[in-house]
Amino acid sequence: MAKLAPLGAVPLGDCAVYVEFARTLDLEVNSAVQRLAAMVHGRALPWVRDVVPALGGLAIHFDPDHASLTTDALTAALNTVSECLKEGLPKEGDVLRTVEVPVCYEPEFAPDLTEVAARAKISPDEAVALHTGGDYRVLMIGFAPGHAYIGGLDAKLDVPRRAAPRAIVPAGSVAIANDQTVVYPYAISGGWNIIGRTPLDVFDAERQEPSLFCAGDRVRFRAISRAEFLKQAK
Amino acid sequence: MTIRVLRPGLLMTVQDLGRHGHQHMGLCPGGAMDPLSLVLANALVGNEPGAAALELTVLGPDLEFEHDTLIALVGAEFESDIPLNRPVLITGGSHISISRAARGARGYLAVAGGIAVPAVLGSRSTYIPGGFGGHEGRVLKRGDLLPLVPEVAALSAERFAALKNKRGWSVRWSAPPLTVPDREPIVLHAIDGEHFADFDANMQRVFFDTIWRVTPDSNRMGYRLAGPALARGKSDEILSGPTCLGSVQVPANGVPIALMADHQTTGGYPRISEIASADVPRLAQIAPGGTVHFARCALDMAAELRKDTSNRLTQILRGIAWEYGK
Repeated sequence: MAKLAPLGAVPLGDCAVYVEFARTLDLEVNSAVQRLAAMVHGRALPWVRDVVPALGGLAIHFDPDHASLTTDALTAALNTVSECLKEGLPKEGDVLRTVEVPVCYEPEFAPDLTEVAARAKISPDEAVALHTGGDYRVLMIGFAPGHAYIGGLDAKLDVPRRAAPRAIVPAGSVAIANDQTVVYPYAISGGWNIIGRTPLDVFDAERQEPSLFCAGDRVRFRAISRAEFLKQAK
Repeated sequence: MTIRVLRPGLLMTVQDLGRHGHQHMGLCPGGAMDPLSLVLANALVGNEPGAAALELTVLGPDLEFEHDTLIALVGAEFESDIPLNRPVLITGGSHISISRAARGARGYLAVAGGIAVPAVLGSRSTYIPGGFGGHEGRVLKRGDLLPLVPEVAALSAERFAALKNKRGWSVRWSAPPLTVPDREPIVLHAIDGEHFADFDANMQRVFFDTIWRVTPDSNRMGYRLAGPALARGKSDEILSGPTCLGSVQVPANGVPIALMADHQTTGGYPRISEIASADVPRLAQIAPGGTVHFARCALDMAAELRKDTSNRLTQILRGIAWEYGK
């Protein structure tokens, strides 16, 4: 790809900066942003509080009055980004993690599967085959802890969000809309089309790795039976 | 070694200074809505700045103390049977009653040694949407027993003994409030947001000229501001990007939302402004129905505001340390 260069840097108030690389979704830029974020994070700078990769850029949250800063934090953050870019980003293969997500696609967990399949003019079984056959990557974590926006959905399954969001979507629900898949970490309201449910805990604050997904992870969905779902669910 | 909740008040949770370093997994830092008042309350009982305390909202609780406990209530001016903004030694077996806040919205009740709930991801703060941290990850209710440190009685007695200028079970002085407004609307200094220029000159003027009213559905995640609807000139989709404490988002309905402690870490709404970090604790003290207006500010001014706040806090903390004979 072309050399990664920021379009600009916008202060996110006086305690963070957003370094922007793309204004529309570009998968290559998205992947590079994630690797850049990992690199900045890896420097463990004492004045940096958080490094947050988003779809088209990353935010660096900092303590602007940290004693270790020799220049203003905004300049220091931008210098860090250009140093990392100059040094070169790690290759995708070096940071690759694959997360396999067991999903039960049976009707009791998949209220919208029939409708999604009908829209695509295929059977529900074919829709499941398409969903489990895909090669996915986490584009961004946001909205709620552990809530992953996962790209790589087959174009046939591209459906818009539901006109009326559901008041409560059960935790673990696997849902699609706008070319992406999400897995709901908690029972929250949501307008995506629910096509299955995973027995895994998407976010558990007490776990060593609280979030099942990290930005950049490869994801595979594997169909499981209702019996296996119940066995795995706590 | 407990506090028993006899009546929980409106929205009482355990909070400290929050958990940083987890925003990449979608978890905001959270913590006290008004961290300055939390730090003051902790100093008044001789704690570290980030010890866990009770955050009260608008209507306070009735609490019963098992043992002698040194406490301090700082922040909003709650009507209460204990004096505010100073250390008070509560006798074991007795209870205190805190009713409504006459001014301000949030109070911090610190106890010697802190509220001894387990830390989750490095913090004792309650994160309500995720259901973890604090006491069982939730808002406190009647009958809850809050754990204190085992040595709370001895610690309280020792600290109270160290205080100069005592009167009865408290002291002759009080710490000055840092964040509770004298009058409204309060001024919030606002740094241009990423999408500020997407709003035309007229809309920008409306944003700065309006006295905004905090709506009743405001909470720890965000404050909704009622006023004229703000319209963004552009209609192109915004790629979802990172947000920050104090970001002012304008969704399609034109009602601005200021992001508070438990905010989402990313969002797809245009951000017209970012409230200067020094002003966010002052906004946290505005109750629903209260009013604010925005004044445009640059980064150097935001830095001045931080410095002013930090200097005032340092001065007050020094005064408190002196009262403790340090």
